[in-house]
Amino acid sequence: MCSGRVDLAFVFRAFLKGTDGVFIGGCRLNECNYDTHGNYHALNMVLLAKKIMEHIGLNPARLRVEFMSSGDGIRFAEVMSEFGRKIKELGPLGQGEGIDEETVKSKLMEVAKLVPYIKRVKKDKLASRLNNPEQYDDFFTRDEIDRLFREVTSYYIDPAKCQACMICARRCPAEAIISVKNQVHVIDQEKCIKCGTCFEVCPERFGAVREIFGAEVPPPPPEGERTLSRKKSAR
Amino acid sequence: MEGEAGDFQVTLIKKPKYIDESQCTGCTACVEYCPVKYPDSFNQEISQNKAIHIYFAQAIPLVTYIDDSCLYLKEKKCRICEGICKNQAIDFNQRAEKIEVNVGAVILAPGLEPYDPGLRHDYGYGKFANVVTSLDYERLMCATGPYQGEILRATDHKHPHKIAWIQCVGSRQVIPGGNSYCSAVCCTYAQKQVILTKEHEAEAECTIFHNDIRSYNKDFERFYQRTESLPGVRFIRSYVSIGREIPESKNVTLRYSTTDEGVKEEEFDLVVLSVGLNPPADYVKLANKFGLELNAHGFCKTNPVNPMEATRPGIFVSGAFRGPTDIPEAVFSASAAGSECGELLDYRRGRLTQARIYPPEKDVSQEEPRIGVFVCHCGANIGRIVDVPATVEYALSLPHVVYAQEQLFSCATNSAKEISDMTREKGLNRVVVAACSPRTLEPLFRDTVREAGINQYYLDMANIREHNSWVHSKEKEESTRKAQDLIRMSVARARHLEPLQEFDLPVNKAALVVGGGLAGMTAALSLANQGHEVYLVEKEPELGGMARKMYFTLEGLDVQKYVHDLVQRIYRHPLVHVRTGAVITETGGYVGNFVTQVNSGGRIAEIRHGATLLATGAEEYRPTEYLYGEDDRVVTNLELEEQIAREEERLVDARSLVMIQCVGCRNEERNYCSRVCCSHTLKNALNLKKLNPQLDIYILFRDMRTYGYYEDYYREAAGKEVRFIRYEPADRPQVEAAVEEGRDVLRVSVTDPILGKKLEIDADVIALAAAVIPSAGSEEATRLFKVNANPDGFFKEAHVKLRPVDFVADGIYLCGLAHYPKFITETLSQAYAAAGRALTLLSHDTVVASGAVCEVDERKCIGCGACVSACSYGAVELRETRLGKKAVVNPVLCKGDGLCNAKCPTGAISLKHYTDEEIFSQIDAALTDVRRSGAARQ
Repeated sequence: MCSGRVDLAFVFRAFLKGTDGVFIGGCRLNECNYDTHGNYHALNMVLLAKKIMEHIGLNPARLRVEFMSSGDGIRFAEVMSEFGRKIKELGPLGQGEGIDEETVKSKLMEVAKLVPYIKRVKKDKLASRLNNPEQYDDFFTRDEIDRLFREVTSYYIDPAKCQACMICARRCPAEAIISVKNQVHVIDQEKCIKCGTCFEVCPERFGAVREIFGAEVPPPPPEGERTLSRKKSAR
Repeated sequence: MEGEAGDFQVTLIKKPKYIDESQCTGCTACVEYCPVKYPDSFNQEISQNKAIHIYFAQAIPLVTYIDDSCLYLKEKKCRICEGICKNQAIDFNQRAEKIEVNVGAVILAPGLEPYDPGLRHDYGYGKFANVVTSLDYERLMCATGPYQGEILRATDHKHPHKIAWIQCVGSRQVIPGGNSYCSAVCCTYAQKQVILTKEHEAEAECTIFHNDIRSYNKDFERFYQRTESLPGVRFIRSYVSIGREIPESKNVTLRYSTTDEGVKEEEFDLVVLSVGLNPPADYVKLANKFGLELNAHGFCKTNPVNPMEATRPGIFVSGAFRGPTDIPEAVFSASAAGSECGELLDYRRGRLTQARIYPPEKDVSQEEPRIGVFVCHCGANIGRIVDVPATVEYALSLPHVVYAQEQLFSCATNSAKEISDMTREKGLNRVVVAACSPRTLEPLFRDTVREAGINQYYLDMANIREHNSWVHSKEKEESTRKAQDLIRMSVARARHLEPLQEFDLPVNKAALVVGGGLAGMTAALSLANQGHEVYLVEKEPELGGMARKMYFTLEGLDVQKYVHDLVQRIYRHPLVHVRTGAVITETGGYVGNFVTQVNSGGRIAEIRHGATLLATGAEEYRPTEYLYGEDDRVVTNLELEEQIAREEERLVDARSLVMIQCVGCRNEERNYCSRVCCSHTLKNALNLKKLNPQLDIYILFRDMRTYGYYEDYYREAAGKEVRFIRYEPADRPQVEAAVEEGRDVLRVSVTDPILGKKLEIDADVIALAAAVIPSAGSEEATRLFKVNANPDGFFKEAHVKLRPVDFVADGIYLCGLAHYPKFITETLSQAYAAAGRALTLLSHDTVVASGAVCEVDERKCIGCGACVSACSYGAVELRETRLGKKAVVNPVLCKGDGLCNAKCPTGAISLKHYTDEEIFSQIDAALTDVRRSGAARQ
């Protein structure tokens, strides 16, 4: 297992469970023994996570990544002591930032829920290799992250167009589509991970799935009113 | 040692360690209490150690021994260690033991001895405390060194700020007590020391006083540039003499001279002597014992075309006993010696092996988790910091834990058996061992769990030693709590562990060798001599490769005759199948099971093979410099060699010949040194002098890189009045055609840095030391076999030092010039090495693939391909299915790094044994402690 295995979701899970700081240690950059250089992936993930923390009002200094070898014992001890001091200085999560516990929690939960979406949108950047430390800070920009959250994509099935063909439901990786024979399909927004598969697989001639950027999704038809009226759509 | 190849009787004397190795667990409690302090020989006697100690931190086995300074051994007093050792491992009754072994072959790897500058008094070593050897300095820099990685001076225990390195100490010297050869490793190790020094202290001023900079090895030229470009680093080309010690500061002065500034004296805080490599201590005795001949320098005499073979059949040598050697070459000579032994003893391979039999595995996957926790005291290592009994109590309070106990040393044989026994008796289906780092002992405990009849992946280790007691020794209570936290996390993960199957893949016993040059042919023969079918594929119509263009070596080998004989041996060998004029059109598969399509003259064959060796060679650069191609009197080294072999009239009659070094490399386009050219040039120069003793020869060079024994030929050439003129890359020699007194000449103008003026030399012939460049075949092989090349286009090995003939991809090996330019002798030893490495695979019937690899839940896969691009091993690919594109993992290629898992947006691909669920459970457990949060609320 490589430091590049550390998932964006792990970091936010830890904060959600109340930790005040997260430290990630990886091998020295450019010294990968396996030629995968996965520590760069860890770095990208941390740079992204820090910007997200900023976005939701948490101090990004609560997350730190360092790269060192087994021979760097003294440095490791120094870094850990320093990080420990820093976290104490920052105080408990939220308190240091002046945000109440409930708000912190709800914001973190929102981020945790969006991890699949973030990974999908940022997949190329997450797998890249930043050779110059000067690039670190601007690799993900504040604007970019603000936009990422402002324009969160949601998917909605237009009851007027859905033909209940079940294709989207079969292909949905999160089993988030309620599909009953002869009833228009409905996306369970709680379960939806915003991967867009339904949008892509809905047959072009129906075009029933809509992408909605950064706006509320209209409510689905109530349960009793989902029966498909074939005649209307057949023409 | 008596007997002959295939049947040697060797008598060994094993000195007493006064330790029962089967009982010692390396806890080092005894070391702490031992009252005897004496200079630590491993740390160059800079610091002290105890009479009972572990030789060094990474020693194998990691057990203690007692040396002669022990009070009991000297005066029958003390015996404190006996009382301290909880495992009764101390045994003062041990006596030297005589062991007789019967073996078929012997490999000698006695290493080297660093040159001792104290023997001659010219460097002030032993006289001035702040003059140290490079090995002393190496220990000073090391985290396990005398000052735990702090570079301190002996006189005031302060960090030296201004440090000088003196190169070639004991090397390249023909004065008594020196070695005439070049030690081959010092230039680069000194640069490494400079880089590390700068990492220790960014402000340090480092000066290297050097002769030629011999960065002749792979990537070393860049390494040199990196060192040179550091701020505060000076490289000064000058001989140096030690001045005096300043009484107050104990600083040392050095006198040196430069062409610009003349003689100077400068003061340094510390002077490091870059000492060379000597033959191992007692080399004469060693040679006599084994009946071997030595060369003039005291190293082992070996066969130039089989450089592991000593003069007595059945005895092989590897490493620095063959001459000054750096790490990669030492490593490949070791693999090569292994292959040589294989050739000799193949008929009895496997006779001494025994198969391990495990009890049948019980399926417990449907049972409720029943977790057992074993908490190790590690003697006093954990036990005196962590409250182990309280921790056992705590473990019992955790969900699903049905059993917990403490153990003195979990790793001791009886304790491991206890884990197996209790697992069976209590019906445990998950085991947590809270002890040390899984890096050292996880394989042992997996085996223990397997012995108990449950799947070996039902084990988790909580590291309460390295991560806890060792680093928090002053905070006992917190340390106990942390041990409990770590165990709680392990228990949480253990609940989610799944049984995983390692699977055996069959191994096809045949090998494919790509490239029929010296490297490919040698490797092919070595494999065939050990009973393996070999397919040797060559793109040219004839075997022989680059060696076809060579005629002599410096050591006097008739290359053409050797190649001819080797080709004969290849064609006569019933197990070697040669395909010449062949093109590889397609290849696929994985370790042990490759399939390759070869088209030779329109005939397409499908070859199935277990291992692949790439020996695709290199080419000579075709220069565009110095009128090459415009004037036929300008030739390359290889062309000149051929003309010398033919004794061409032009050379016999020539009055003057100029040789220009570094043509086409050590420049921006090819930022590497071609390694062999300096010595090739000397070879041609010496042969020319034989052919035409009146010929004036000028060698225009940047650094003469005649490392190792080649230095002797440099000296020989200088003795024969070959003239050497150094030029700077910014002021390259100029060549133009001219007529001088009716004679058509090539006029070479060059600045002589010693005379400080421009020279004009009228030459009849100019020879260019043209670079060695990667072959087109290597580039194609890189693409076909999905292996890597370095920025210069040479094959990239799995690890430069430690796995120099393996690729990262399992089952594919490399050798010869495709790896980097090298001499014939070096090529041959690397070829044997590649064969030796391939044999470690081919000699088995199966290879085991790990269970901790990735798998895809197709239902969740959306075919986005994030996993495919994250994988460096090509282990994941997208396949079209009825439900769209889906990722598929080839578990054989997967190395379990889990990068794909972290990229997957839907959680479809997961790394088994480190699943999201398992890691989330650990995070949750780390941050939720019911008991403690209760306490915190109070």
